[in-house]
Formats: sequence, C-alpha cells, structure tokens
Amino acid sequence: MVTYLLKRILLMVPTLFGITLITFFVIQLAPGDPASLKAQSGTDALKSDQMAAEVIEETKKLYGLDRPLYVQYGIWLTRLAKFDFGNSYRDHRPVISKIGDALPITLTLNILTILIVYLISIPLGAYSALKPRGAGDKLSALMLFILYSLPNFWVAMMLIVLLGGGDYLNLFPIAGFTSDNASSLSLIGWLGNVAWHLVLPVICLTYASLAFLSRFSRASMLDVIRQDYIRTARAKGLSERRVIWKHALRNALIPLVTLMGTLLPSLLAGSVIIEQIFAIPGMGRLGFESVLSRDYPVIMAIAFISALLTLVSVLVSDVLYVVIDPRITFKRRA
Amino acid sequence: MQEQSYISIVWRQFKKGRLAVASLAVVAALFVIAIFAPFIANDRPLVMRYKGGTYFPALHLSKDVRDIDFRALAGKNSDGIFMLFAPIPYGPNTYDLSRILDGPSREHLFGTDGEGRDVLAELIWGSRVSVSVGFVAVGIAVLIGIILGVIAGYYGGAADLVISRLIEVMMCFPTFFLILAVLAFIGPSIYNIMVVIGFTSWTGTARLVRGECLKYRSREFIVAAKVAGAKDRRIIFRHLLPNALSPVLVVATFGVASAILVEASLSFLGFGVPPTTASWGSVLSQAQDFMDVAWWLTLAPGFAIFLTVTAYNLLGEGLRDAIDPNLKT
Repeated sequence: MVTYLLKRILLMVPTLFGITLITFFVIQLAPGDPASLKAQSGTDALKSDQMAAEVIEETKKLYGLDRPLYVQYGIWLTRLAKFDFGNSYRDHRPVISKIGDALPITLTLNILTILIVYLISIPLGAYSALKPRGAGDKLSALMLFILYSLPNFWVAMMLIVLLGGGDYLNLFPIAGFTSDNASSLSLIGWLGNVAWHLVLPVICLTYASLAFLSRFSRASMLDVIRQDYIRTARAKGLSERRVIWKHALRNALIPLVTLMGTLLPSLLAGSVIIEQIFAIPGMGRLGFESVLSRDYPVIMAIAFISALLTLVSVLVSDVLYVVIDPRITFKRRA
Repeated sequence: MQEQSYISIVWRQFKKGRLAVASLAVVAALFVIAIFAPFIANDRPLVMRYKGGTYFPALHLSKDVRDIDFRALAGKNSDGIFMLFAPIPYGPNTYDLSRILDGPSREHLFGTDGEGRDVLAELIWGSRVSVSVGFVAVGIAVLIGIILGVIAGYYGGAADLVISRLIEVMMCFPTFFLILAVLAFIGPSIYNIMVVIGFTSWTGTARLVRGECLKYRSREFIVAAKVAGAKDRRIIFRHLLPNALSPVLVVATFGVASAILVEASLSFLGFGVPPTTASWGSVLSQAQDFMDVAWWLTLAPGFAIFLTVTAYNLLGEGLRDAIDPNLKT
C-alpha cells in the first residue's frame, strides 16, 4: 500500500507542475502587466499618482516583473510552495484569508450536494436496474434526462420567482449564506438558518448530477446482477430483497466511490453561477468577483487551490476504491 | 462500399429510437432557423417595389432605400409601393420604446424586453450564436482531442506520458472558472468564446481516442498493415481513425450540448457576446432584471436553451445506442 501511495503521489508532482504552468500562462494572457493594472484597479483608493507609482514599484518588486518570464515563474513557484499567495489587489487582504473565508462555505454547499445526490441516485438507479426497460425505468430515465438538460441558472431564476417571494410563495431566502442577524442565534438556530438559506441553491446544484449518477448506479447494478454470486445467492434460497439490497447493492456501490473525486471540480465550477445568483460568498462568487476586477493573486490562487483539491480528492477516491473492494489489490492498480 | 453499409446499419438502428429521431428533427429545425433567421425575423421587408425598382432590403440595403423608415411606410399604405415583410417583422435590434415589457400578444408572441425588442426575434437570431458556438467550439475540441489522442495512443511511450499528464492537468481545473478568467483577459467576443471553450473541452475526446488507439494498435489488421509496409500516416488515417470515429461523434454531440450551455451561462453572467448580438443567455440575463415585474420573460429563452440542450443530449444518446447496440444498458 505504501508503495502504491508513494507512486501515486510521485505521479502527482508533474501534474501539479502542469497546473502551475497553466495558471501562470493564463495570467500572462492578460493585457498589460499586473503592476499597472493593480494601480488602475486601485485608483479609487489611491488618488495620487505618487501612490500609484509606489504601488507599481512595490508590485514589480513583489513579483519580479522586471525580470524575464521564467524568473517570474520561479519566484511565483517558490512563494506558492510556502502557500503565500500575496495580497488581493482589491482590498489588500491576504488572498489566503479571503479563500479561508470562502472555501468552507463552498465546501459545505458541495458536500451537502454530493451527499444528497448519492442518497437519491443510488436507490433510484438500483430500482431502475431491477426491471431494465420497464415502465419505471424508462420514465425515470426520461425525467432525469430532462433534469440534466435544464440550465441551472434558469432553474435558479424560476425557483426564486416561485418560492423566493417573487410573485408566488415566499418560503425561502434568496440571498446569502445566513441571515444578517445570524451571529446572535444559538448554534442550533444558526445551523437551521444556514440550512434554510441553502435549500434553493442545493436544489439547483443537485438535480443535474442526479441524472449522471443514477445512470451510473443503474449500469453498475446491472453489471452486478449478472454475476455468478448473485445467482448463487438466489439458488440457495435467499429472499429477493436480501439478494438485491444486501448482496447486489453493496457490490454495485464500489464504482460509485471513485466518482466522488470527479464530481468535485464540476461542482466547484457550477457554483460560480449559482453562488452569484444566490449571493453566497463562496469560492465561486469570490472567483467571479476577482475575474471582474482582474484581481490576479486571487484568480491564480483559486485556480491553483481548486485544481490541487481536485487532484487530492481523485487520489483519495482511488485509495478508497482499493480499500473498499478487497478484490482489487494495490499492485494491480499501480 | 463497406462504409456505406455501416452507415445504413447505424441509421436503421438509430431510427428505432423515437426520441432520438424527434431530437434530430429539433436539431435540424434549429439549423434551419439559424441559417434563415434574416428571412424569419427582420424589420426590413424581404421584397419591395419602390419607385419602379425591386429591392431586397432584408438581404442588402442598397442606397436607394437605405434611408426609408419601412415601418412608417407600411403604415401609410401608399400606392405603387409593395412590401413583403418577414413572418416576424422585427429584427433582434428593433427597439420600440413605447412598448417596453409587453406581455405576450398577437403582435409579440413572446412579449417584448426591457428595451421594447421582440423576444421571439431575439431568440431566432440568438439561435445563430448557439448553433455556431456549439459547432465551432466542439470542432476545435474534437480536432485537438483526436490529434493528441492519436499521438498518445498510437505512438505511446514518452508522448503518451506527457499527453496523459496534460489531460489530467486540464481535468483538474474547474473548467467554467478557467473559461471565465481567460475570457476576462482576452475580452469576450463570440470568436473568443468558441476558441476558449474548444481549448478547454478536448480532454474527453483525447482520452477516448487514446483508448481506441490502444485497443486497435495490436489488432491483426493494424499489424498486417504495418507488415505490408504501410506508413504511420496511412495506418492512422485509413485504418485507425475510421474505427475510432463513431464514438467520437457521440462525445462530440454531447459536447455541443454542453458548449451551448456554457455560452448561455457566460452570456447570462455578462461575459458572452456583445449586447448588440442577441443570444439566449443574454436575453435571459436581461430578464433577470425585470423578474419582479415581468417574470414570464424568462420562460421563452430558458425553454429555448433547454429544448436545444435536451435535443443534443438525446441525439447523442440515440447515436450511441445505434453505433453499438450491445452497449445499450
């Protein structure tokens, strides 16, 4: 196991290097150099030219912008290794603390979403696999397909109109992660307040992945049901319920574990638009705002950190795969 | 001859899926609408006889009729002037400030937006953006995917190692955020959107083509071609790619659906096509501003996006089933 882990982590190094290269390349696409842009973006705060010049000087020194490109890259890389992402151009707060505020919110949103997606789609997929091509299977497939194709920003708008105090019901708040007075609430009250705020965004994030995962769980279940050991279980007289839910489902779950890693990046990206619509101060909104204001340090940090997180979660799900399924050995995987 | 029969087999299989055939019809209709948009929704007459000459103002504004206010002229009903308008006599940029946020009516089937533009006309012209972005972006992605996939899968070795890492790197990034950031830097325009979506969505095709090449590389017919002295280029283009192409077509169809969604999302966020070009996402984005007074504005553009994306997805599904009936689960 240790050799497998080591090998995987070693393989992560070139990937990580590639991630930094692409992040750096994206920033180089920007017109003008970051230093003058920093001065520009700061004009509201920095009224005098002298201060602007000072900022340009400071930024140039910080990033080594007067040096050749590969040196700049090297400087950035060494600072990255220390998890030093610099300060935001907008409010001069350290980038890491801005991300520290936003990341837990997005993670709450996404973990909740993944949990709900799994809770619904596994039984749904398994159920449709019991009678493949039956009426229930076909109906659920079509419904899921329709859900999958609904643009989530449209659904978000419709939900706001219908349930968020537009013209119809006023059931759910439509903006923010908590109410303004949330800090005065007790812990349970606070959790309830957060949950109440998250209902609509979580619906928007959930329904599209539902289709993908249910189809996957259905295919996986169909695969298992054809195996010899299921026939054996039936032959020795176990009840159908026991065969399906105990023998088949548990084995069908295994491939679903690996998917967890691949779901994360799409959920992070999906949140840009949902977090923007529902005004949730998570990574997506922070990313969008930093893109709007060309806040390079924040953009670079978000791209790098989410790529890193994805890389790690892929590794974790691969390891989980081996841990859960005793038939797969580390040797064969490596 | 053999290829012909393969296509007819696939077509026969494809026809069995009713939903797939219906979605093909929707996609075809969308193409027709996009191509003929100027003839379906236009504030300039298609044909007009004016002062003895015949003009086609919808196609070309010759200088004799350039300064005419067609709408006013049509109202006057003057003799000797004949004008044939398009079925929807509004362009995507026909502003009528006296009719802002009108509900659906006989004149404006889907109502008018915040600047008095006919929503239906905007949607018809917006289909051009969706169709072209979907096509060009996926074209770019498929091209990159095939090239890198073949290099990795056919040649293997160091090339495979490097390309596989590159695929992994690209898959780690949150694609939408990456697209957003790049567009913010190079400036949003329809061409940039196509290119950026293309350059960020090739990984699926590349992985698929790589897998197919690995699968066929050691098969007898490839080995036989090699023994017969065929060059790499011939093996790749004559023997390998034709076998890998049908699954690529399936992935590409799904890719069009997601490219259309990405464009709509970008336009919705204000990072899409410029405001003078109608796009489904930008109509929807405008509608968001008037949600409390005219929420029905969101219905038509949202439904247009939904219908198109569903059609492409169902088409992809139908193609997949037709190409490999065994895969049908």
